[in-house]
Amino acid sequence: MTLTAGGDIERLVRLLSRLPGMGPRSARRAALALLTQPQARLVPLAHAMEAAARNVRTCSVCGTLDSHDPCAICADPQRDHGLVCVVETVGDLWALERAVIHRGVYQVLGGTLSALSGRGPDDLNTRSLFERVRSGEVREVILALGATVEGATTAHWLHERLAPTGVAVTRVGHGVPIGGSLDVLDDGTLAAALSARRPA
Amino acid sequence: MEWDAPSLVLSRRPYGEADVIVRLFYEEHGVLAGLVRGGASRKQSSLWLPGNLVASSWRARLPTQLGYVTGEPIQSIAGRLLDSPLALALLASEISIADGGLPEHEAQPVVFAELVRLVTAIGVFADAPPVALAVRWEASLLAALGYGLTLDRCAITGDRDDLVYVSPRTGRAVSRAGAGQWIDRLLPLPPFMISSEDDGTPSDWLQGLQLTGHFLARHLFGVRHLPLPEERERLVHLVRRLSEESYCQPGG
Repeated sequence: MTLTAGGDIERLVRLLSRLPGMGPRSARRAALALLTQPQARLVPLAHAMEAAARNVRTCSVCGTLDSHDPCAICADPQRDHGLVCVVETVGDLWALERAVIHRGVYQVLGGTLSALSGRGPDDLNTRSLFERVRSGEVREVILALGATVEGATTAHWLHERLAPTGVAVTRVGHGVPIGGSLDVLDDGTLAAALSARRPA
Repeated sequence: MEWDAPSLVLSRRPYGEADVIVRLFYEEHGVLAGLVRGGASRKQSSLWLPGNLVASSWRARLPTQLGYVTGEPIQSIAGRLLDSPLALALLASEISIADGGLPEHEAQPVVFAELVRLVTAIGVFADAPPVALAVRWEASLLAALGYGLTLDRCAITGDRDDLVYVSPRTGRAVSRAGAGQWIDRLLPLPPFMISSEDDGTPSDWLQGLQLTGHFLARHLFGVRHLPLPEERERLVHLVRRLSEESYCQPGG
C-alpha cells in the first residue's frame, strides 16, 4: 500500500482493511473519517475497542459473546430456558435476536461438521447443550442450522444424539422466502418447500 | 483455455467473504479447481453445493492454473436430501470419495457417467437410497484407477460359483470351498457385488462398504497417509445402525 502518511496511519489502515467488508480503499475512507474527527469518533472507538477486548468473553453456557458470563440471555429469568435454539455462529444468534422471534435461549455450535474444514464432533460446542438436556431443564431443542449439506449433516447428527434423551427436537423450515416468487427458486429449494407443505 | 461442459460439484470452500473455490468433476477434463466470484452470495450459494450437476464454464490461461468458474444449474440434488439422513450421508460420502480419490486433470468418463447416474438415483430414491449402487460405483472407481477387484472366479480353486469372500491382499474373490484355513482373514463378499439384479439388505450393504472401504483406504487414501473421509465413516455408521435395526425386527 502506498500512502503519503505516517506509519501510524498506515498501520491503522492496514488493520482496518483486514476486517470483513473492508478492503484497502474502504479502510482508507474509514481511517480518514476517524482521524479527521478524533474526539468525536476515534477516541470513543478506541475506548470501546479496549473495553471490548478487556471484557467480552465466551458465555460458558451457550457459547455466545458477552461482557458477562453467563451472558445476558442465559441470565435472563424472563427467557424460556426449556426452549433451546441451536445456531451455527454468534452472527446467526444476533440475526434471531434482531427479529425478536425467539424467547428461549441459545446454543452456539461455533461451526458445522465439515471434513473439508477439519471440524469433527469434538470441535463443536455441544457439551453444555447435552449437560442442559441431561439436567432436565430443556423440553425442546430447535435446530436452526444452515440449509447446506454440512448444516443438515450436523442437524441429523445432533438429532441422533438427542433422540435417546426424550427431548423434543425440531428444525427450522426450508422453502420459499418471504417476498420471493417460485420461478426464480432453484429446484432444491422448491423440492424442500413442497415436501414441507402444510394444510392451508 | 475455456471449457463449457456439465460438471459435478465435488467440494467448495470459502475464499474471502463473497467468493468460493470449487472442485468440479468434468467428463473430459477430470477434476479441476476454480474460483467462483460471488459464489458465497445468496443468489449462488445453493448452486455450488457438493453433489449438484452444473453447466459450468471454466476459464484460465493455462490448464494447470486455478480457473475462473461460472455456472447454471442442471440438477440440484443436495437441496432435495436435507431431510433424508441416509440419502444425505450417501451423497456426501460418495462425493467426498470422488473428491479425495480422483486425481486432478485426468479424464475419467466412465467414472463420471456412473457418478452422475448414482447422484441422480440418490435424488430420485431419497426414501430408499441406492446404497448397493454406491458400493458398486466405489468398486468401479477402484477399477478405473487400476485397483479393480476380481470377483468373477475363485483365486484358489478357479470356481465361478459360491464366491463369498475376497482376499484383502489381492482383491480377488474366494469361494467357500477355497477359503480353508484363511477364512478369518478374508473379507465377506455380499451377493449384490456379483449380481446387478440383487440390491441386497442393510447387512449386505455394510459388508460391501467394508469391502470397498478396505481397498479405498489402502490404495487411494492410505498411500497419501489420509484416512477415509469422515462423511464415509458416517455412512458406515448409519448403515450399521440400519442393519442392527433390521436384524432386531421380527423376521429380520
